[in-house]
Amino acid sequence: MINLFSLKQQKKDAAAAGGKKTSAAQLRTQKDINDLNLPSTCKVDFPNPDDLLTFNLAIAPDEGFYKGGLFRFTFKIGPNYPHEPPKVHCEQKIYHPNIDLQGNVCLNILREDWKPVLSINSVIYGLQFLFLEPNPDDPLNKEAAANLRENRRGFEANVTRSLRGGSVENNVFDNCMRSGNSW
Amino acid sequence: MDASTETAAQSGALDATAPSPAVAGSNNARPASNAIVSNTNTAAAAVAAAAVEDDDTEGEGEDVAPRFEDWAGRWDHIDKLLVRRGPFAQPTFEPCVELRDFLLEQCRILVIGAGGLGCELLKDLALSGFRNIDVIDMDTIDISNLNRQFLFRQKDVGQSKALVAAEFVNRRVAGCKVTPHFCKIQDKPEDFYRQFQLVVCGLDSIPARRWINALLVSLVQYNDDKEIVPGTMIPMIDGGTEGNCVLRFLQFSVRLFVGLSFTALFCVAGLLYQGFKGQARVILPGMSSCFECSIDTFPPQTTFPLCTIASTPRIPAHCIEYAKIVLWPQAFPDRALDTDDPEHINWLYLEALKRANEYGIQGVTYRLTQGVVKNIIPAVASTNAVIAAACASEAFKLATGCSSQLNNYMQFNGQDSLYTFTFEYEQKPDCLVCSNIPLDFACSASEPLRALVERLSEQPFQFKAPGIRGLGKTFYMSAPPSLELSTRPNLDRTLAELGLQDGAFLQVADVAVPLPVQLKLQFRP
Repeated sequence: MINLFSLKQQKKDAAAAGGKKTSAAQLRTQKDINDLNLPSTCKVDFPNPDDLLTFNLAIAPDEGFYKGGLFRFTFKIGPNYPHEPPKVHCEQKIYHPNIDLQGNVCLNILREDWKPVLSINSVIYGLQFLFLEPNPDDPLNKEAAANLRENRRGFEANVTRSLRGGSVENNVFDNCMRSGNSW
Repeated sequence: MDASTETAAQSGALDATAPSPAVAGSNNARPASNAIVSNTNTAAAAVAAAAVEDDDTEGEGEDVAPRFEDWAGRWDHIDKLLVRRGPFAQPTFEPCVELRDFLLEQCRILVIGAGGLGCELLKDLALSGFRNIDVIDMDTIDISNLNRQFLFRQKDVGQSKALVAAEFVNRRVAGCKVTPHFCKIQDKPEDFYRQFQLVVCGLDSIPARRWINALLVSLVQYNDDKEIVPGTMIPMIDGGTEGNCVLRFLQFSVRLFVGLSFTALFCVAGLLYQGFKGQARVILPGMSSCFECSIDTFPPQTTFPLCTIASTPRIPAHCIEYAKIVLWPQAFPDRALDTDDPEHINWLYLEALKRANEYGIQGVTYRLTQGVVKNIIPAVASTNAVIAAACASEAFKLATGCSSQLNNYMQFNGQDSLYTFTFEYEQKPDCLVCSNIPLDFACSASEPLRALVERLSEQPFQFKAPGIRGLGKTFYMSAPPSLELSTRPNLDRTLAELGLQDGAFLQVADVAVPLPVQLKLQFRP
């Protein structure tokens, strides 16, 4: 099949003109980004277009409790992507059953249910879904979840107040209202 | 006990290299690198004394020492394999003594990792006739390594594994030259890796394996007929014990042996006692399946849902994870967690304990904290020995062709009696690493990127919405809109203006293909 001894004379003259090698994570990310197909309620932007591994996402839900808000996330894709999920962080302090006050997000496909067949697109859809259907059974913000479960009206009022930068249960939240159609 | 007596006491284990008294006594047989020889005979005692003396004046004139001359019959056991033809020899194998010279003098082999597997590998390779060995490891010696990483002593704790291991083997095996590299594999340039004929890995991490695999695949060059240019393909032999393969076994039992319930049972039991399983694998970059082809068979690390950790912890590990991923960043936003720092672990332990008490959970201990945070899995010395031996044999066979090689994956389970199984991993047609053979693409320096995009929309590519990168830059992306807009001006720039030269590589993604295609630009004169 192969014998190094028989090959040894021909070793190298190799100095390739290639330049930097592209990692599997970069290739896969390039594919994911170029294939992005987002609804009009989501927008991504790249602070540095040459670095596809770091970018921002903005979600402006057009229905549900969070309609009228604009929510910002950062994405960081590690060298093990897609073996490991991207790291996603919410940049604002918001009142949400599945997002804690530090911006950690509880979304199954970002941790325990991540699979390499999923993509950036699926993560973005998953995040948007959290705003359309907050899930009280998987709480990171327990008070918000309990509220949603037991007092839907009260929860709705809390969300509305928090989005305007008001306080709920002694926590002051960031103003997340979208002004007009701006991103 | 000082180092030299300790080493001498070990000579029983490594007796294969002890010179025969007659030759060791002759004047020109002075070992190049301080070989410690058996103290039991007077002829060798002089050499041993010289070696000890050298220890005191270490580093002087080491590099210019005269070439070591082997004692008679030293390589008899290797010659038996190389100067006659066995029934399993490869078709191209021609028995000759030059093969031994190649092994001893020319063949350069790289050992990645000088830990549990690495120590065994270095010993096995050095005793099998490999003499030009490089070893690379970023780690330092921990006291918990000493039970199985036998090239290290208590006095070595805190020192570089690569340096200590190399020094030990050089001292112990006459004529062997192990060159240590105390750094990350990622710190070495391509040219460093290009100098080897073989790479053997004794690693404990998937990312490191992926990295070296991708690098070796990228070194393969193809000629005009798309055949591999001889000498650019560096075989990789990958050994692994437990940790990296335990869960893989579980998955395989489900995938490959559906219906054979005994295998499934066997593997479930495997979770109770760890450390007895291993694997050896031969990867011929560009020819056989690569590490990345089968990456999907590794399940992602066990992670707990964030909400469980945050609000409904049930087991000690939940509390420890909470301390690690929630409390630590809160308490020390500017300090990264160092899992090797006992103070850090202790902090996590105390926080986890507090939380466990809050929820009435028993069983949070310092050791468990360390185990969860560092993902520690017990290591068994004999498993390392078995796997390293298999890898060293494959290295020997690849270097000489004296026998057919492993095709291409062997798993070993020593947990309940002995079980091994060999099968062939196949190349994954859309593997991100090894199926990505660059295609030549004719173009000229003066044409705009737009012309290239237009040609990509025609046969054979038929790309409707390509995303083009190269040289670490994003040249054009069809989506998302913001990126399309900011990269659109590049469409009217010429390839030269974009900094692209003849032979440069471009990666082109499109919905039509499962992974970006690599183009190698061929400028028309």
